[in-house]
Amino acid sequence: MAHRVLIPTPLRPYTGQQDAVEVDGGTVGEVLATLTSRYADLRRHLYAEDGKLRHFVNVYVNDDDIRYLDREATALKAGDTISIVPSVAGGSAASDTSTSPELTNAEIERYSRHLILPEVGIDGQRRLKGARVLCVGAGGLGSPAALYLAAAGIGTLGLIDFDAVDVSNLQRQIIHGTPDIGRSKLASARARLSALNPEIRIETHETKLSSANALALFKEYDVILDGTDNFATRYLVNDACVILRKPNAYGSIFRFEGQASVFATTEGPCYRCLFPEPPPPGLVPSCAEGGVLGVLPGVIGTIQATETIKLILGAPGTLIGRLLLYDAWSMRFRELKVRRDPECPVCGDRPSIRELIDYEQFCGVTPQAGVSASASAGVEETTVEQLKARLDAGLPTFVLDVREPHEYQICRIPNSILIPLGQLGTRLSELPNDGREIVVHCKMGGRSAKAVKLLKDQGVDAKNLTGGVLAWIDRVDPSQAKY
Amino acid sequence: MNDEQEGRVGEVTENTVRLKPDATIVADAIEAIRRHGAATFPDECCGALIGRDAVIAEAFAMDNTTASGAARRFRIGPDGYRAAEARASALGASLLGFYHSHPNEPARPSAYDLEHAWPNFIYVIISVTNGVPGDVTAWWLRDNRSGFDEGELRWHTGS
Repeated sequence: MAHRVLIPTPLRPYTGQQDAVEVDGGTVGEVLATLTSRYADLRRHLYAEDGKLRHFVNVYVNDDDIRYLDREATALKAGDTISIVPSVAGGSAASDTSTSPELTNAEIERYSRHLILPEVGIDGQRRLKGARVLCVGAGGLGSPAALYLAAAGIGTLGLIDFDAVDVSNLQRQIIHGTPDIGRSKLASARARLSALNPEIRIETHETKLSSANALALFKEYDVILDGTDNFATRYLVNDACVILRKPNAYGSIFRFEGQASVFATTEGPCYRCLFPEPPPPGLVPSCAEGGVLGVLPGVIGTIQATETIKLILGAPGTLIGRLLLYDAWSMRFRELKVRRDPECPVCGDRPSIRELIDYEQFCGVTPQAGVSASASAGVEETTVEQLKARLDAGLPTFVLDVREPHEYQICRIPNSILIPLGQLGTRLSELPNDGREIVVHCKMGGRSAKAVKLLKDQGVDAKNLTGGVLAWIDRVDPSQAKY
Repeated sequence: MNDEQEGRVGEVTENTVRLKPDATIVADAIEAIRRHGAATFPDECCGALIGRDAVIAEAFAMDNTTASGAARRFRIGPDGYRAAEARASALGASLLGFYHSHPNEPARPSAYDLEHAWPNFIYVIISVTNGVPGDVTAWWLRDNRSGFDEGELRWHTGS
């Protein structure tokens, strides 16, 4: 089947100045193979010597980057359009490493096991020495992360914390020791890190991270490692990283489960693309309330340190676009794909948040930010018990889930149909027109209230499920995982 | 500005300079590149070169979206590239290439530039030393990707 392939300006001299050509093939790889055999000069510009697509060549099927589909194995349907879109990159000769500091003989000996890895080598070790990494928090995640980053020879390691070492920290915060109880975490961490590696510079910031100081602090660093323990700070770290374009090596832990990813790179999604809204205050207990297996942050923090080192080395295969989920109790790793959301309020195409906001209010920590805004909007509500009763009674019901696919993967109401809020306006034809009652839900009720209003404006009657899927899990089906 | 370049000034007409037998750049565009390079120093600046009939009429400043340190790298992602194409269309012109700065480095393409280059585009590089814009050069990727050929960049000092 023939597909239209859009050719970018610099490659048109090879296609007889055509900006689009028709090429047969069942997958992207087949189409590109046929294209480059028909126009042989294209091949060396699209493919590297190893036969892989050059990484500054972006290929889209309609609007989707094939990196988020099945890459070159992506199957094509009739009518699909393939676009080849350049990234343009370069840099000074210095980029190669000549601006990175030289290694001393003492450092060459210390890092010898890195230097004999061709993937690191002298150049990579010099990059690590020239790098500046900021660990937000010197607690459960920050402890192992800072220790390994210091050991690896990150030239400048910043730490932010304002707490003192408590005996209950020592079950997991291994940068601190029993003699440090009562001492500031930063003083304790500095002493331990300097003893581990006196070659590096340690910068301590004894302050609470806030909207007022985050940008000035982050600006001085190349990579931010998020080891925070609360949602308000996590959204703050994310937004500051997006605004400053600093990659965020993210990790979080709770009880036996951890997550890690890399956010806020130019290519990939940010934390808000994954979690557009925070959980209601009090719903997700802190580690202090819910407990945490002490070794868990050791695993997640070292994954964050690994990703940080790979970002500095320019290594492929980082967690950009992937959320790694780790369950220590069942000893399983899983992965979710996370895509950049074009509607994301910070990193989307039309960002509405361009400066830091009040994150405590955003996360509902301060009282005025309630989540039950839907009632005021004149939206008709129904409860999870009412929905359960309807479904059990076999009454004709259409359960519409307006969350994102990655959220739907985590938990869902049985037989619900997923149409993300952002697509609802263009997918109204998928809604039933047979008198079934439409019940709309999201995670907690905010997005679904918007959806009900949108439907009402289009002449479609629907009810909002109060409390969303989380209320469903709490009160109807506790067997499912909440997020 | 070295003597050799000044020696070619006589070939310059009015406010344009010829780049190669087939390309010319408006002096305003070079001034815009110089200002942009100075403004973003010590980071690299970047932008698109837009024109028509082989005349670069506009240096369109763009955001440097690199994630690997803007002091040593620039990057214009697929969205930026599309924005450059859109700008060119809006002007009824074509996208002719891109420019970027080399802070405290000579205006010569690096190995990294070569590795990432697209054919048939003009690459203009400006050297910025301690915040002061210096040499501006123009380069074309050889069709076999073995290196760049330098265009004859003639600089009009009198505009």
